[in-house]
Amino acid sequence: MSLYLVSLDSFGHVDFWLGVGIVAGIYSIFTLGLQLNVGFTGIVNLGQAGFMAIGAYAMAILILTYGWSPWLALPAATLVAMLAGALVAIPSVRLRGDYLAIATIAFAEIVQSTAQNALGLTGGNNGLLGFDAWWQTIQVSMLGLLNLIGLGTQDQIPLFLLVWITFLVLMLILLALQHTPWGRVLRAIREDEDAAAALGKNAYAYKIQSLALAAAIGAIAGYLLALNITIIYPGTYSADFTFIGFAILVLGGLGRYAGVALGSILLWFVLEAARFIDLPLPGDKVAAIRLLVVGLVLIFVMVLRPQGLLGRRQEMVLRG
Amino acid sequence: MVRTMNALGTGSRGVLLAAFAVLVFGALVVVKGYEAAAQATANGLVTGTYFALGAVGLALVFGVLRLVNFAHGDFLTFGAYTALLANVFFRLPVVVATAVAVASTALLAGVLELVLWRPMRARKAGGLQLLLTAIGLAFVIRNCIQLVAGTEPRGLRVDVTSAVTFLGGVRMGTTELTVMVVGLAVLVFVAVLLSVSRLGREMRALADNLSLAEVAGVDTGRVIIATWLVAGSLSGLAGVLVAAAVGVLSPQFGFQLLLSLFAATVLGGIGNAYGALAGGLMLGLTQEWSTLFIDPRWKLSVGFVILILTLLARPNGLLGRPALK
Repeated sequence: MSLYLVSLDSFGHVDFWLGVGIVAGIYSIFTLGLQLNVGFTGIVNLGQAGFMAIGAYAMAILILTYGWSPWLALPAATLVAMLAGALVAIPSVRLRGDYLAIATIAFAEIVQSTAQNALGLTGGNNGLLGFDAWWQTIQVSMLGLLNLIGLGTQDQIPLFLLVWITFLVLMLILLALQHTPWGRVLRAIREDEDAAAALGKNAYAYKIQSLALAAAIGAIAGYLLALNITIIYPGTYSADFTFIGFAILVLGGLGRYAGVALGSILLWFVLEAARFIDLPLPGDKVAAIRLLVVGLVLIFVMVLRPQGLLGRRQEMVLRG
Repeated sequence: MVRTMNALGTGSRGVLLAAFAVLVFGALVVVKGYEAAAQATANGLVTGTYFALGAVGLALVFGVLRLVNFAHGDFLTFGAYTALLANVFFRLPVVVATAVAVASTALLAGVLELVLWRPMRARKAGGLQLLLTAIGLAFVIRNCIQLVAGTEPRGLRVDVTSAVTFLGGVRMGTTELTVMVVGLAVLVFVAVLLSVSRLGREMRALADNLSLAEVAGVDTGRVIIATWLVAGSLSGLAGVLVAAAVGVLSPQFGFQLLLSLFAATVLGGIGNAYGALAGGLMLGLTQEWSTLFIDPRWKLSVGFVILILTLLARPNGLLGRPALK
């Protein structure tokens, strides 16, 4: 009579791993934005979940309340998130590193509280439903195509493909940006802001652009998350999301975009593999174990290998 | 000489703030009537008391170690749940449970300094490294508590029904009143301790300039441990007071309170313990006063908006000194 039954039933289930892959991919995209801010610009953005929420809510509200076509609503919502990013950045990127961290997390909390309390706009804790009819249509036709190669029964494959293709495209864009003059100035600001300023670069403007771009990436992660769970409600976009993103970021390493995917896949493999251990515990305690693991990952990486798996050691400074 | 000047400056600005608070109260009486204004003020003082107690520890740690301790809110949770364990599970009286909570939270903070923070400083850990470690620690403490206690709301065995009416219509639960009186008394005690005791002076010296304090012969290792013990006990006490005043709580409450504590510290000038004390009281009052005009649902957001506005307009806080550069 063992209390800790290890059931390997779902280990071989393709749809289970597709689900994990989707979540890992969404977190990878989310964390790309953090990588741009923290790893490449040196700004500690603790408000990324807030941008993600703004994007997802703007998309759903434009479609549901104003009847926009999704093909207009998606770029418009991304623009809204970028605007929010710029608005947060304009006053706060002048602040010292730790103040900026506090200001951005306060912003994310205000967004969450608005999502909870502005009932007419966001539906409060009931959330928003039915914004994804367009995706259902696409999904059906994708499954039709997949059927031709015998994969038509795996109904998570379309989203899985969408998520990882989006990740690759965004990563390639960011990598390309890294080698443009813009990317090099960003890097210079990270290394030594005063030197960059002395060369006539407006560090302030570059930082605002960096945060706005990260906000757009966060919004994209927000759309995919909304498609995955088919509902948008405040609890999905809590500050915890940002902190899990940071765990992924440091696990993969600062200053490497590919590290983000590695960190996310590793973390989610560990978190989901824990499901196979059939602990006789209620749901809230299982949830606690998962976040406990996130916390331990953060501490152990910071103490033992602060540069992460792929990163470089000298990245871990926080400019005062 | 310079220090005396600064202390005087802080003191006179404190008086100015208090005068301002009285003025606002007067205005509220005129606009909303005495009873509503006085009730909101009393509620604000209860909230402000535990904000202030939590914020002082946060400010001391930041001042002495330059560490934004994201795990500080979870110290409050730890204190509250230790008190719950002692009071509800072991049936100890509330006073004893409070003492247990204060001692064990201080112990937790001290042990963490020895096993985590000191070794990290010895390895010359960068600011981002320390910040993320503190966030990780916050997750670990909170979720260990949740793993043991679950998420169901729990409360101390305190009197939640009886209430007193005083000052012409202000109604307050006896427990809330006790919380306020105990909290304010401890705050006064802490303020006196900081200004007259040797330890208090050394802490403030370290917060001012660590290397200068070291050269002047201050045993920094000892002061740092003492700072953690003081911050730990104050947050343990604050946690118990929250538990008593609010009635029920879940393992998330400390982390949810953390931003308000940040707001209080920033309001008072981050790293300035007196400022954090005043900032906590101001924040509690402002949040409750805001409910006279807008839906209480937005109360927390009011605090965060104040936080952001302060960061933008006066990053050194209402009581802080202007930046040195």
